[in-house]
Amino acid sequence: MSNFTVVLKRELASYFATPLAYVFIVIFLMLTGVFTFFLGGFFENGQADLWAFFNFHPWLYLFLVPALSMRLWSEERKSGTIELLMTLPISLRDMVVGKFLAAWLFTGIALLLTFPLWMTVNYLGDPDNGAIMAGYLGSWMMSGAFLSIGSCISAATKNQVIAFILTAVVCFLFVMSGFNLVQEWFTGWALDWVVDAIAALSFLTHFNAIAKGVLDLRDVLYFIVIIIGWLVATGIVLDMKKAD
Amino acid sequence: MITVDKLTKQFGPFTAVDDLSFTVNPGEVLGFLGPNGAGKSTTMKMITGFLAPSSGQVTVYGHNTLDDSLKAREIMGYLPEGAPSYGDMTPLKFLRFIAEVRGFRGKELTRRVQTVVDALQLTSVLNQTIDTLSKGFKRRVGLAQAIIHDPKVLVLDEPTDGLDPNQKHEVRKLIQNLSKDKIVIISTHILEEVTAVCTRAMIIAGGKLLVDDTPQALEARSRFHGAIRLTLTHAGGALEQLQALDGVKSVESSGNGLSLIIFPETGASLFLPINDLLQKNNWEVHEFHVEKGKLDDVFRAITSGGDINE
Repeated sequence: MSNFTVVLKRELASYFATPLAYVFIVIFLMLTGVFTFFLGGFFENGQADLWAFFNFHPWLYLFLVPALSMRLWSEERKSGTIELLMTLPISLRDMVVGKFLAAWLFTGIALLLTFPLWMTVNYLGDPDNGAIMAGYLGSWMMSGAFLSIGSCISAATKNQVIAFILTAVVCFLFVMSGFNLVQEWFTGWALDWVVDAIAALSFLTHFNAIAKGVLDLRDVLYFIVIIIGWLVATGIVLDMKKAD
Repeated sequence: MITVDKLTKQFGPFTAVDDLSFTVNPGEVLGFLGPNGAGKSTTMKMITGFLAPSSGQVTVYGHNTLDDSLKAREIMGYLPEGAPSYGDMTPLKFLRFIAEVRGFRGKELTRRVQTVVDALQLTSVLNQTIDTLSKGFKRRVGLAQAIIHDPKVLVLDEPTDGLDPNQKHEVRKLIQNLSKDKIVIISTHILEEVTAVCTRAMIIAGGKLLVDDTPQALEARSRFHGAIRLTLTHAGGALEQLQALDGVKSVESSGNGLSLIIFPETGASLFLPINDLLQKNNWEVHEFHVEKGKLDDVFRAITSGGDINE
């Protein structure tokens, strides 16, 4: 067992050692319920799918994931444990990946706990379970992208509130860039490829594609690249200003 | 062995550590002394590889703390300033985590944890979260994690800060027992600690190395070194007779002239001549002892740039 699993284990256990995990999961489940049934019109749609459920995930993640990611490094900085951690024989990569994976697995657990919805839709009708699987995968990939952004921003500050707000803002930009509103604002004066690039950068574009059940390797790859990119940035930020 | 070579650390325009060079050999217990902000902690952070030096380098048993950082970290145990640890963990879980990171598994891991728990008397708080522990216990948990892998090099930043006198004594004993073939570097404000555990003391101020000597030699720099403290019941002519003795440099008196401090000329020993004088005159003596020297004075004189004999 390498050191990154040791870090991962400690980190994941620390979620459950405090009320954080339970609060997060309960709120997440409540909100997904509210969004799906009230705002999403799950029943009114009359379709046996979970589109009403997945559709709101980007917005849900927008404020729930920063709450999870803000403590990743800020807390280590604040309490000084970063000095302890970084003088233990663990490579920087193991630390960054271990912590990130712990948070990512945690959102995965929260996501899996929405299984009653999946059971409901299967009870009510005959949904395309492949598409639902894809939806879950897409949602999880997207939460990873949110978390990797949060990890990097958390590494830059010892103030968790700042980490929360900045992460929410950056994630918001990543979500919004695929919105028609933003697209229209650029269309007309910006070059076509710029507009396309901005749209292509959006979480929404790629998430919607996957959530509709079209599991294109490029969409998955997009999230993987985003995650790796932000994690590398996390490592660079930590290395540059670990003692500040 | 640890080699520190022309170590410099700048934070913007501020130079925290300025061209520091020294080596430490196994078996040595090196005490860093210095006022707050002298660069002690910064130096320790560079030795443990947490901070990258602005220039110069540190090698720990041949491993450069920058290029070969993981290897260097493996053989070091470190108690950072303030003994940080994960507050939501219990000491048991925390120590098991550290032991696992240090590469121990299974029975060996349990044995290691048990050893340090016994050594630092943590049994009573093993399953309480660290957040709820007293300062003394937190410090001991920090020490426990630093020695869990029996490291060749132990770097302790203010290890006894926040401990009560009994705990301080225990920790000092622990350090003394550890240090036979190890390198121990400790920083402290408490000067008596240096005399108690260190074989070598370095005084640092303004990032510069001012003195590198044994604690005994440092004490000897004090003007009180070898001075005799004497308290009599009657003063009758004692002051004059003492001043006239061979080897006496000066006599200071206080408390109606009954309390006397007799300073020797450099190298002179006053114990026997004064003892003879006391017996000859049959003076009644309340107190009579030889001062070893006050490290406080030496420290103050050196770090404030003053003269020790002032």
